[in-house]
Amino acid sequence: MSIAITTQIICFTVLSLVILVGALGVVLLESIVYSAFLLGGVFMSVAGLYLLLNASFVAAAQVLVYVGAVNVLIIFAIMLVNKKEDLKPINDIKSRRIISTSICLTLLSLLIRVDLTNVWSLSSPQNSIGEESTIRIGEHLFSDYLLPFEVASVLLLMAMIGAIVLARRDVMSNDISTGLPVDQELIEKSSEPLLTNKN
Amino acid sequence: MEYGLDLEYSFNEFLKGFGLSSEIAHIIWLPLPMLLVLVAAVVGVLVTVWLERKISAAAQQRIGPEYAGALGVLQPIADGLKLLVKEDIIPAKADGILFTAGPILVLVPVILSWLVVPFGQNLLISNVGIGIFLWIALSSIQPIGLLMSGYASNNKYSLLGGLRAAAQSISYEIPLALSVLAIVLMTNSLSTIDIVNQQSGAGILSWNIWRQPVGFIVFWICALAECERLPFDLPEAEEELVAGYQTEYAGMKFALFYLGSYINLILSALLVSILYLGGWGFPIPVELIAKFLNLPINAPFIQVFTASIGIVMTVLKAYLLVFIAILLRWTTPRVRIDQLLDLGWKFLLPISLANLLITAGLKLAFPQFFGG
Repeated sequence: MSIAITTQIICFTVLSLVILVGALGVVLLESIVYSAFLLGGVFMSVAGLYLLLNASFVAAAQVLVYVGAVNVLIIFAIMLVNKKEDLKPINDIKSRRIISTSICLTLLSLLIRVDLTNVWSLSSPQNSIGEESTIRIGEHLFSDYLLPFEVASVLLLMAMIGAIVLARRDVMSNDISTGLPVDQELIEKSSEPLLTNKN
Repeated sequence: MEYGLDLEYSFNEFLKGFGLSSEIAHIIWLPLPMLLVLVAAVVGVLVTVWLERKISAAAQQRIGPEYAGALGVLQPIADGLKLLVKEDIIPAKADGILFTAGPILVLVPVILSWLVVPFGQNLLISNVGIGIFLWIALSSIQPIGLLMSGYASNNKYSLLGGLRAAAQSISYEIPLALSVLAIVLMTNSLSTIDIVNQQSGAGILSWNIWRQPVGFIVFWICALAECERLPFDLPEAEEELVAGYQTEYAGMKFALFYLGSYINLILSALLVSILYLGGWGFPIPVELIAKFLNLPINAPFIQVFTASIGIVMTVLKAYLLVFIAILLRWTTPRVRIDQLLDLGWKFLLPISLANLLITAGLKLAFPQFFGG
């Protein structure tokens, strides 16, 4: 076995272990902050797997989008609303856990079945496009995948407008969550700086 | 354009002379450039810290460090040793694991980004195809480390500082990436080597700064904001937040933040010189000098000359920018947090978008000047 293949196998084992243990930690840990940081670790390891598959552009995009944007936003949200409150104990917690575990295991067995029955067409390492893949991705995005690409951007635009409406309460007269009229006095208005209008 | 020293090839040939296989030779070669770049980065930090102390002293009409070595050149080493032997304190109510992992997460992506910094045609660790995009992706990991250390310190100033640092980092990443995109559009490649080669046609006249003046200024402002340098050092604004996310840190963990911020500053300066100031290019093209001296471009003398000129020019340009950054730090006041976010979102973002659009238009209109 050559050194390159050995390195690849070691990297693959370590990355898969990190992904599995990290993902279990995200679900099972009590502290939500730990879960969020572990999620970042899982995203990073997935990027490492892409790197092993010679897809460096996808790996960098994974880091930029999932770690740099999604995970940072999740952590932001957790830290800004990290209230210490005692959660109400749920009575039938045991049966709920059993149900959710069985649903997850069913899904897992379905995926394993798909993996075993499907015939995966693997391209040989000689045929891999490697660094060319960036150009290929660009070509596909602007030809046969143009419509999904544009629809995704419209979706993002809608999400952005929704976030702005939610954040700027003066757009609506009633509070969304409670239905009470919004006290317009409480809304921050940009005020004149104190120092500019003197003398 | 494929000329210049190829040290890796020569080194591998040298080892094969001893009867080693090419795989073993490659493995022996691999750590060498990494170590070299790591040492270069640390030495660069020491020089920058000394410059910072001396220039700040000059700006405030003081003398600055004087007794440690001639002109105080050993002062940064003394600083480093002090931090190294200080007690490593983890506050009692802090979260030990996250408190330790935070500084590491801040430092590692910055050092990894040195992977794509070229000092010459073949003088870089790895000419990865995604080049400059790797740096953008890696620099987006940093906010997680900042949030982590801010949260783990269990201190309101730390948490506020961490949140501010992350907010600042996220909002300035977008105009930064957009101005890099304009350069990539002109180069037709993400690789840093191609970006420099694209600017090497006519010496100083073909540098990107003349074709991308707006992009240059936007990139420099954003790079300063990413490094949290004054005028954008809000995350650690002393008067408001004690020291931000660094408040509870001492000893080597604090030194990691310190090292990270200075390595990041040098890295940003290097990247500005690569993207806009012609990288390792001499203001007069080396080919012209070779023709003037009647020497072939592949002569060993010319090759060594080109490589050393390349390293000197890259470092010189980077340190010129570091000097400007230090001067800015000691002569400008800090902006407020709302001004900072306004500048990022309402001014730099539209301007860099317009810059990208105009670059694309100019590329179609004048393909010979803006890369076809």
